[in-house]
Amino acid sequence: MSRRILIVDDEPNIVISLEFLMKKEGFETAVAVDGDDALRKAAEFAPDLILLDVMMPKKSGFEVCQALRTDPATASVKIIMLTAKGRETEVAKGLALGADAYVTKPFSTKDLVLLIKSHLA
Amino acid sequence: MLQGWVIVFASFVYLGVLFAIAWYADRRADAGRSLISNPLVYALSLGVYCTTWTFYGSVGRAVASGIGYLPIYLGPTLLFALAGFVLVKMIRVAKANRITSIADFVASRYGKSQVLGGLVTVIAVVGVVPYIALQLKAVSNSFAILSSYPEIVMPAMSGTIPLFQDSALYVAMILAAFTILFGTRHLDATERHEGMVAAIAVESIVKLVAFLAAGIFVVWGVHEGIGDIFAQADAVPEIARRLTTADSPATYGTWGTLVFLSLFAALLLPRQFQIAVVENVDISHLSRAVWMFPLYLFLINLFVLPVALAGLLHFQGGGVDADTFVLTLPMAHQQEMLALFVFIGGLSAATGMVIVETIALSTMVCNDLVMPLLLRMPILGLATRSDLSGLLLAIRRWAIAIILGLGYLYFRMAGEAYALVSIGLISFAAVAQFAPVVIGGLFWKGGTRDGALAGLTAGFVLWTYTLLLPSFAKSGWMPAGFIEHGLFGIDLLRPQHLLGLTGLDEITHSLVWSLLANLGTYIGVSLLRAPNLREARQATLFVGGAEAAGIPGWRGSAGVADLLPLAGRFIGFERAQEAFARHAHERGLRGIEELPADTRLVNFAETLLAGAIGSASARVMVASVVTEEPLGIDEVMNILDEASQVRRYASEVEQKSAELTRATAELREANAQLRQLDRMKDDFISTVSHELRTPLTSIRAFSEMLQEDPKTDLAQRSRFLGIIVSESIRLTRLISQILDLAKLESGRAEWTVESVDVGEVLSDATESMAVLFTEKRVTLEIETCEPGLAVQADCDRLIQVMVNLLSNALKFAPAGSGHVKVGARGTANEVRVHVTDNGPGVPLADQELIFDKFRQGAGTADVLTDKPQGTGLGLPISRQIIEYFHGRLWVESSPAAGTSFVFTLPRLTGDNDASKNS
Repeated sequence: MSRRILIVDDEPNIVISLEFLMKKEGFETAVAVDGDDALRKAAEFAPDLILLDVMMPKKSGFEVCQALRTDPATASVKIIMLTAKGRETEVAKGLALGADAYVTKPFSTKDLVLLIKSHLA
Repeated sequence: MLQGWVIVFASFVYLGVLFAIAWYADRRADAGRSLISNPLVYALSLGVYCTTWTFYGSVGRAVASGIGYLPIYLGPTLLFALAGFVLVKMIRVAKANRITSIADFVASRYGKSQVLGGLVTVIAVVGVVPYIALQLKAVSNSFAILSSYPEIVMPAMSGTIPLFQDSALYVAMILAAFTILFGTRHLDATERHEGMVAAIAVESIVKLVAFLAAGIFVVWGVHEGIGDIFAQADAVPEIARRLTTADSPATYGTWGTLVFLSLFAALLLPRQFQIAVVENVDISHLSRAVWMFPLYLFLINLFVLPVALAGLLHFQGGGVDADTFVLTLPMAHQQEMLALFVFIGGLSAATGMVIVETIALSTMVCNDLVMPLLLRMPILGLATRSDLSGLLLAIRRWAIAIILGLGYLYFRMAGEAYALVSIGLISFAAVAQFAPVVIGGLFWKGGTRDGALAGLTAGFVLWTYTLLLPSFAKSGWMPAGFIEHGLFGIDLLRPQHLLGLTGLDEITHSLVWSLLANLGTYIGVSLLRAPNLREARQATLFVGGAEAAGIPGWRGSAGVADLLPLAGRFIGFERAQEAFARHAHERGLRGIEELPADTRLVNFAETLLAGAIGSASARVMVASVVTEEPLGIDEVMNILDEASQVRRYASEVEQKSAELTRATAELREANAQLRQLDRMKDDFISTVSHELRTPLTSIRAFSEMLQEDPKTDLAQRSRFLGIIVSESIRLTRLISQILDLAKLESGRAEWTVESVDVGEVLSDATESMAVLFTEKRVTLEIETCEPGLAVQADCDRLIQVMVNLLSNALKFAPAGSGHVKVGARGTANEVRVHVTDNGPGVPLADQELIFDKFRQGAGTADVLTDKPQGTGLGLPISRQIIEYFHGRLWVESSPAAGTSFVFTLPRLTGDNDASKNS
């Protein structure tokens, strides 16, 4: 059974690239374009791992992360935060809120795949 | 038997014995073994209070008003028994400041004022001269009565005897000579006269014993004891009446007044001050005197009433003046030796008073009246004369002679107008005027020189008007109508019923008015200003007591070389040298030459001089040699100046501190602004980097995927490449817009300003955007455009604004059904351009927000494909451009009507246009 990955980002071209990348590695994918959408999809799709953008309309990635962690149904899902904001405080904040990893954009596709695999192993 | 020569001889023998005692006491004093340094002598010398007024007058007053003579002695008794602390303080202060007289005391207390010293002297002389006249009268009368023994004949009216047959004249001359001998044989630095005090103590014994002898003789010699006298008196209603006082408020009032008056007199009469304060050897003597002196007063009054009653009984039918009973009763019973003794007793009472009083007055006249005047007359060259001690002695001797001369004159001209007691009370009332300034000066620091001057003057004037002038009028020197009808016939100004005040005897009346005015003015005027520096210093010395004496009076210094000759000039070189040597010894130095030129030495010299010439004059003299200016007016002004400088400085500091606070606040604000700007810059950079990273992320991801898998199928590959290209374009546009905005914001942008036709801008912009609109199937239409609308602007920048607004409209206009309208209209002053779409509209809350950097309208962002394209910098840039040309750019929007971006620019009129183009 293939692993499920939820891609959350409001930037269409990034979504396209991540979707393509994950499918190529054999993951099952779903896409959400804002915070509310992400929470909905996380419940419906029950992903094993979420690639979560921080800067999004409606709900930020931090809020989504926090909400996921407080809901028992999703508390154990792996979360990798993806963001164009690379400041130390934001990295610390993401990890403190329960993210498993924090990746800054632009990222190396190879490294990202390795990171996802290591978290799903 | 008792011929005149016997009496005269006895008198001279008595005076000779007194002088011998004085001489001996002086010798003992010079040898350092003081005869008078014991409490008994001090208490006895205080007995100088009892003059012939007591010796003869008490009986007279007892005859007139029963026990009405008593208050005169109750006052001093109360003073010593209850108010000893006032005396202690007075003596302590006087010793610390080498006070020489009551005038010196007042002058010194109020800033060493010469004027004040002079005023006190004048009041004292004017007030006391009648009292001296009284003594002359008593001696001369008693002499006349005694010399007519065995007849008892009342003396002729004074003034009716030819001048050179008038015994009073000779009495005055003899007393003057004796006083000069007693008081001015040499100048003493402390103005103490040990010999005189010893003589006065002896005189007190003589007069007491004489009076007691007369009393005992009358009570047990003539009658059979006191009970017998009273029983006999009781039998005669006319006499019995005198044993009680009239039971009326006025009588009690008079009692109160007399107690009050005599209390002050015992403290403030020049002779009392002299004996009690100046001549006091040791302050501890006072503790014995507080009961010994009242005891003395008690004893000398013991037989007053019996003698008075016996006299009344014996001389029924009148003809004998009650004032003479003490003398005439022994005469009537042929006791010639007793009578002679009584006469000597009366003489001792008179001489004691006259000697001490005139010495005290002469010191005041010399130190506080004559010397200050002479020192002010540069013509006399006193300031440079080498030895002034002789001059000082001469002045005092003349003063003694003149004062006694005045006393005789008063006796001769006015002495018969009043009974003895009344004259004494006039004097008492005069010196009572010193009470507010002296007692106030001892206990209230607020008193000033002006207040003291005003108070004394007011009191003195009222005393003169209500008591002295009426006494003149009664003597016939002034029209009697003055008393009856008041000055100028004004009823309210009647001197003995001033302002209609009636029901009081004349003494009480005068005292009420004069002391009321005195005290009121003293306090009132003193309160007008704060004491100046010198007054405040003296106030501290007087009110604060001896422990405050350490306060330096001089800020400058002078050496022995200056001060010793100065002191020598006034008190004699040898005495000065002795005093300086003593001072050096006290300071633990070996000799005069070791004395340093310091403040302490100056103070010592001033105090030494004060003992000889009074504090006010001493200050002036010392000021002439002290190198630095003394605490004169200039000095006070300087100090005030310093104070105001300090105040000014303080206010400057305060101002500076306020400025500093203000500057700090400004800095803090600026700092906060900087922090804000820094945070904004941080945010901006963070946002910019975010905006740059986003397209880069896509570019990198697709590039890596293409690189990794070269076998990606063609359709996929071209799709990826297309994304890479468009994201690259986006990135480029972003970078150039950021740079553009930075340039605009920093003012470094280059502008080509010219007259621009708005219609051309609209058509250029719409043409360049036409393809994009067609691609999205949105219609674009130039609605209205008035021809000839011109503005002053940069044409390319205006096109940039239009393109921005059009792409914005295109972005939000729905594909297919979208409709964008453009128009331009002109008013008199401006050109108004709008770009309107039929998109979702901008919520009111966002209408300003969208002009912020990187804020994009998010209305359609929930649909992935409608994610707004663009950088979020177009609107901020457009606004910058429009505002640069003094226009405005804003948005009008409602969900139904879509969005309208509007900008205005100042319109160029035709004339301007022409001129610009020419």
